[in-house]
Amino acid sequence: MHRTEQVQVRTTAGEWVTVCSYEELEPACGVAALLPEGEQAAVFRTPGGQVHAVGNRDPFSGADVIADGITGSVDGVPTVASPMHKQTFDLRTGICLDDPEVALPVLPVRLL
Amino acid sequence: MAQTLVVVGHGMVAQRLLEALAERGAFTGAWRAVVLAEERRPAYDRVHLSARFTGTSPEQLTLAEDDFLERHGIELHLGDPVAALDTAHRTVTTAGGRTVAYDALVLATGSYPFVPPVPGADSPGCFTYRTLDDVDAITAYAGAARSGVVVGGGLLGLEAAGALRSLGLRTSVVEFAPRLMPLQLDEGGAAALRGAVEGMGIGVYTGVGANRVETDADGTARRLRLSDGRQVDADLVVFSAGVRPRDRLAREAGLLVGDRGGVAVDRWCRTTDPAVYAVGECAQTCDGQVYGLVAPGYRMAEVVADRLCGTGGSSFEGSDTDTKLKLLGADVASFGDPFAAGARTVEVQFSDSGSGVYKKLVLGADGRLLGGILVGDAAAYGLLKPHAGADRPLPAAPESFLLPAGAEAPPGADLLPDEAVVCSCHNVTKGAVRAAVAEHGLTDLAGVKRCTKAGTGCGGCAGALQSLLDAAGVEPRRGLCEHFELSRAELYQAVRAGRLTSFAAVLAAHGTGGEDGCTVCKPVVGSLLATLGPELGLTHILDPGQRGLQDSNDRYLANLQKDGTYSVVPRIPGGELTPEQLIVIGEVARDFGLYTKITGGQRIDLFGARAEQLPAVWRRLVDAGFESGHAYGKSLRTVKSCVGSRWCRFGQGDSVQLAIDLELRYRGLRTPHKVKGGVSGCLRECAEARGKDIGVIATANGWNLYVGGNGGTTPRHAELLAADLSTERLLRLTDRFLMYYARTGERLERTAAWLERLGTDHVRRVVVDDAEGLAAELEAQADRHAAGYRDEWEAVLADPAKLRHFAPFVNAPAESVAFLNSPAPTPALQEH
Ligand code: SRM
Ligand SMILES: Cc1cc2nc3c(=O)[nH]c(=O)nc-3n(C[C@H](O)[C@H](O)[C@H](O)COP(=O)(O)OP(=O)(O)OC[C@H]3O[C@@H](n4cnc5c(N)ncnc54)[C@H](O)[C@@H]3O)c2cc1C
Ligand code: SF4
Ligand code: FES
Repeated sequence: MHRTEQVQVRTTAGEWVTVCSYEELEPACGVAALLPEGEQAAVFRTPGGQVHAVGNRDPFSGADVIADGITGSVDGVPTVASPMHKQTFDLRTGICLDDPEVALPVLPVRLL
Repeated sequence: MAQTLVVVGHGMVAQRLLEALAERGAFTGAWRAVVLAEERRPAYDRVHLSARFTGTSPEQLTLAEDDFLERHGIELHLGDPVAALDTAHRTVTTAGGRTVAYDALVLATGSYPFVPPVPGADSPGCFTYRTLDDVDAITAYAGAARSGVVVGGGLLGLEAAGALRSLGLRTSVVEFAPRLMPLQLDEGGAAALRGAVEGMGIGVYTGVGANRVETDADGTARRLRLSDGRQVDADLVVFSAGVRPRDRLAREAGLLVGDRGGVAVDRWCRTTDPAVYAVGECAQTCDGQVYGLVAPGYRMAEVVADRLCGTGGSSFEGSDTDTKLKLLGADVASFGDPFAAGARTVEVQFSDSGSGVYKKLVLGADGRLLGGILVGDAAAYGLLKPHAGADRPLPAAPESFLLPAGAEAPPGADLLPDEAVVCSCHNVTKGAVRAAVAEHGLTDLAGVKRCTKAGTGCGGCAGALQSLLDAAGVEPRRGLCEHFELSRAELYQAVRAGRLTSFAAVLAAHGTGGEDGCTVCKPVVGSLLATLGPELGLTHILDPGQRGLQDSNDRYLANLQKDGTYSVVPRIPGGELTPEQLIVIGEVARDFGLYTKITGGQRIDLFGARAEQLPAVWRRLVDAGFESGHAYGKSLRTVKSCVGSRWCRFGQGDSVQLAIDLELRYRGLRTPHKVKGGVSGCLRECAEARGKDIGVIATANGWNLYVGGNGGTTPRHAELLAADLSTERLLRLTDRFLMYYARTGERLERTAAWLERLGTDHVRRVVVDDAEGLAAELEAQADRHAAGYRDEWEAVLADPAKLRHFAPFVNAPAESVAFLNSPAPTPALQEH
């Protein structure tokens, strides 16, 4: 199937922003997108074709690196691991699997 | 109140005694121990003393665990030998004047090397070989020596000769008897051994004695004159002509001493004074023997521990004298009574003079094994030893133990009955090993050693222990993660055999289900695809499908720093750098506002570049002739060098050139963990090569190759793999070593841990002796790697698709962005 949709992310302010085309997302890889107000999103396409967006800032180190993390599936949960110290986050909820007190903001995604 | 036990000497047997006492709870109220030691270091593994020459540190040879003495309240006084024993008052007095009263005394003073009364034997340059201090003295002196002679061609003499050889000396051995290892070998065995020893470049003189040490005008040793008039060059002489028990204290105290020395003891190791015991090499046991091996000493230690604690009625009546020579490249074992003769004994022999193998088993008429000799291939030693002298016939045809490996699988340890002793050093039976394996769920040799002590003495039983593990069907859980039940090494084979070229294909063929991998398996597969790239037709780790498998360092071909920026390390092979290159690095650092630092790996790191700056930084560096230094990869890092023969007064080889050659040959090769190298121009070792995975040291005759060194969290000195190599042979052995590591290493396993797991002997057999017939294939892989190498930075600069990933945001061009959480661009950058 050839999908040419645009990927849109909703900012915390409630605004839908186009970040790229679906095609530009390599499976099991992330990209960083710049949102208004200087917010950054990390957008991922899972090998199964799902698209997830979370905040790009690693809450542990404070560096904007989540988009460069390795994606994975842990017990069926789609995840991304911070490149800095390898904490793993649930891409659906943003919750850190190593420390459930910590979470990435989750940004709703739609394909147009 | 606790009684006081005084132990004289802190050698191998004394330490075993203390451990045996601790195991029996002796130090929880009954006894308090005071140990008075002559040496400056606490007990160490004298059996493996020669490992000191090939890089093992004194700490690694130390026997007691860190807090053992402290934990049991044992008082240890080092460097203060006991000078007198007063049995009437039950006190000992040390040379330093300390007097200690005892309730029980154990003499564990070992023996001293016998130096024959040869004129000149006390000249500078003459040594004995028993202690760590001896090794240090020999090593220091060897630095300025070219030739060495060992007087004595027995077990220890040959080990000493091997050590001198590894120090780069032209080495000979002189043996008074007509053959080498006369006590252990018959003529056939000694002839095969002689071939092997001469093959190592060690001269052998048998049937002659040492007449005098001839010296220079300044009195230092230069030559050894033999009894037949010949002379041998000898800047350094090691006397290894047997040992004598250290029984002086007992003798002077009026205790009974054997005719040929040794404190006479009964079956409970008691001397003629019931409060005084003697154990180990200083004792003459009730069978009239003085044992010069560690296993009988350990058994005596157990007997004394039982006596002191009132546990069990064990006694020492005698022991076998099975031995295995620990000489690189000469496999020799002798066990039971190989000289047994009689009308009804049967000898079974196998010999192959071409490959220097000689094996003999002696059997009684009833099929029982009496003894044997193995030269050139002693693999069956561990399996045969427990049968020697046993009350049962050998469980399989004797020739099945002797035929060369490969002809037919040799009978395994499963044929042994449970009560058979598999480790004679620690008297551990097969049953005890099996029970420990089952009870603790042991999966490897290290576990067996920890739980049973088996295998921690001479190491001769390692093969038998491994085959017990194998027979127990122990399958160590080596699965990588929840996505793969295969280990990295198994995945390597699977990827190679199936010619799999993507993570998805590997997951589909060998995964446990699930749609994506994780941070454990993805970088492993990414690394395997890169290692096997030349065979699979893959060329770059950032190609589509591969990029997502890489950790962020590999993803950016740079090292992630704590603020999210990256550091850049250009390759500086061997640490050699032209003034022009130095200037370019300086200019790049200045223009991009990067912090510079000389690294611990003899090169320069530029810190603080943002991801999107990397291509521009590389462009400048690549244009000046630099390339990626792979500081980010689990791959070859640097090969450090010293200045070597180009400049140094002592240099014996061009260490800079070899370091460059090594670095350029293996650059970019992805391995289970990072690999570092070092090349030193002589044994002063200024390049710290023995702290590296691949360490090379020049000798008068070529290069010595050391492997498995490590700094980092668990430091380890590299071990000698092969000596006196030509450059061509060195590169070939390194090809094989690295490719074998790439093939069989586990995830994040440095060569140090890998070598410990596989065993240096095994790796040497594969790499040096080509025992598995892999050499040609491994070399071809290295050739393919070197031929297919392309700088990873330059390849990115040439490919717009790859360059695109260095833009900071998928939806905004780089220049329009104010970077929120990265250092501000420097003014210099904006000018560019
Ligand atoms: C830059 C440097 C320190 C310096 O300023 O000198 C350095 C920096 C780092 N070292 Fe190192 N090591 C550096 C020489 C060493 C050395 C010394 C040497 O190679 O002679 C050692 C000990 C020798 C050894 O490896 O056996 C060393 C042992 C380690 C270890 C522990 C490895 C081990 O086996 O225990 C790690 C952690 C690891 O790799 O898992 C490590 C990891 C690191 C990391 C990658 C940590 C990290 O994840 O950020 C650092 C990357 C910095 C960067 O961005 O470049 N570094 N590191 C040195 C770079 C050398 C080079 O030119 O490539
Ligand atoms: C190079 C080498 C290789 C060997 N290889 C093997 C092998 O493969 N297999 C094997 O079974 N055996 C081997 N041995 C022999 C083995 O090391 C000894 O059998 C073992 O060390 C004996 O232990 P011990 O405690 O009796 O004596 P030692 O380990 O020698 O300890 C005696 C200690 O007592 C100290 N001492 C002596 N007098 C006094 C005093 N008056 N006061 C205080 N302290 C004193 C000494 O300094 C020494 O530290 C080897 C020995 C050497 C040197
Ligand atoms: S390796 Fe150690 S010293 Fe070097 S940068 Fe990392 S933490 Fe610091
Ligand atoms: S036989 Fe020596 S360690 Fe086991």
